[in-house]
Amino acid sequence: MNVLEFSMLVGFGSFLAGFLGALTGLGGGVVLVPLLTIFFHVDIRYAIGASLIGVIATSSGAAAAYVKEGFSNIRIGMFLEIATTLGALLGAFLALKVPTSAIAIIFGVVLLYSAYLSGRDQPVVPEDDHPDPLATLLRMNGSYPSLSGPRNYYVHRVPTGFGLMFGAGALSGLLGIGSGAVKVLAMDQAMRIPFKVSTTTSNFMIGVTAAASAGVYLNRGYMDPGLAMPVVLGVLTGSLLGTRVLAKTKTRSLRLVFSVVIVLLGVEMLYKGIAGRI
Amino acid sequence: MQTTPWTDRKVEDVIGILLRAGVLLSALVVLGGGIVYLLRHGGAPADYRIFRGEPAELRHVGSIFRAALTLSGRGIIQLGLLLLIATPIARVAFSIFGFAEEKDYMYAGFTTIVLLILLYSLVGSS
Repeated sequence: MNVLEFSMLVGFGSFLAGFLGALTGLGGGVVLVPLLTIFFHVDIRYAIGASLIGVIATSSGAAAAYVKEGFSNIRIGMFLEIATTLGALLGAFLALKVPTSAIAIIFGVVLLYSAYLSGRDQPVVPEDDHPDPLATLLRMNGSYPSLSGPRNYYVHRVPTGFGLMFGAGALSGLLGIGSGAVKVLAMDQAMRIPFKVSTTTSNFMIGVTAAASAGVYLNRGYMDPGLAMPVVLGVLTGSLLGTRVLAKTKTRSLRLVFSVVIVLLGVEMLYKGIAGRI
Repeated sequence: MQTTPWTDRKVEDVIGILLRAGVLLSALVVLGGGIVYLLRHGGAPADYRIFRGEPAELRHVGSIFRAALTLSGRGIIQLGLLLLIATPIARVAFSIFGFAEEKDYMYAGFTTIVLLILLYSLVGSS
């Protein structure tokens, strides 16, 4: 395969990943690394570097749209970004030390877990109207627009959320993914932030988290321009188109199909990691 | 404890524009560099199976600018990637200004910590 053919195919694959990721809300970042390593035989370190770039592009593009809606809470996001960026630095430095087969195994487990999370119904967290002293001190409580006017919410369990966010950042830096699912889990389930606020704030944070590890990857020579070029252009156009189409389609069955793809990729990554063929 | 929503919204609006402009600019630079790269090297064999690591001129902020100025396709793409990484960093930097304008010094402080971590990653981690 020559460079032109390779770029076209990788660009098309990344386009599909971005399109389906935006359409299903599962994010395209999680399938970029398996796509590059399994189908294009790219070394996983190059793949992670390129994937991080794709994650920054899609999340920055999407965040620009979300801030307008008034759901995201920039204080919660900024405070938790201290945790995610520190975690991302740790993850990126770990990625330089850990053998590639171990990265593949962790990747496989994360893929299977995100498929499980997306398949299961979100447990409804009971509303809690009692303000938490630490969250109040940190001025995290806010409100979001609803049909019956602005609704107030209170944030809880800040230290737990902070710890989970550190873990989300470390995974992001180690695997080159957005870790959106873990971020939403930390905010929605642990901190009891309304789901819509959690998802939009998470999207807001993903780009900053990915930038924290991308710097390390760049400085250590893991960021290849020839590979990142088709990935970033493909995934960006795919996700922009996906968000346009999103409003008009029913995504339930598509979500199921994409989850099955994620499971298959997860099993393949696990197999490759355990067999040491990566 | 609520701050006025108007000021928050204004900051968020500027951040939205900043993010959009950053992504658009870097995508255009990557596209331009990609065209140069494919025109010159499109016929060369593509092989990413073996990890070699990038040469020093494509690793650091200053040398990436120099590589792009020589109009090498890979150098221009790398500059685009650098602009993309800088986009969320610019957002964080602007947020410090926004919080300071609102006299929210606690959050201006938190945001400064995040900015320092990001700058360390980009220029201090080699």
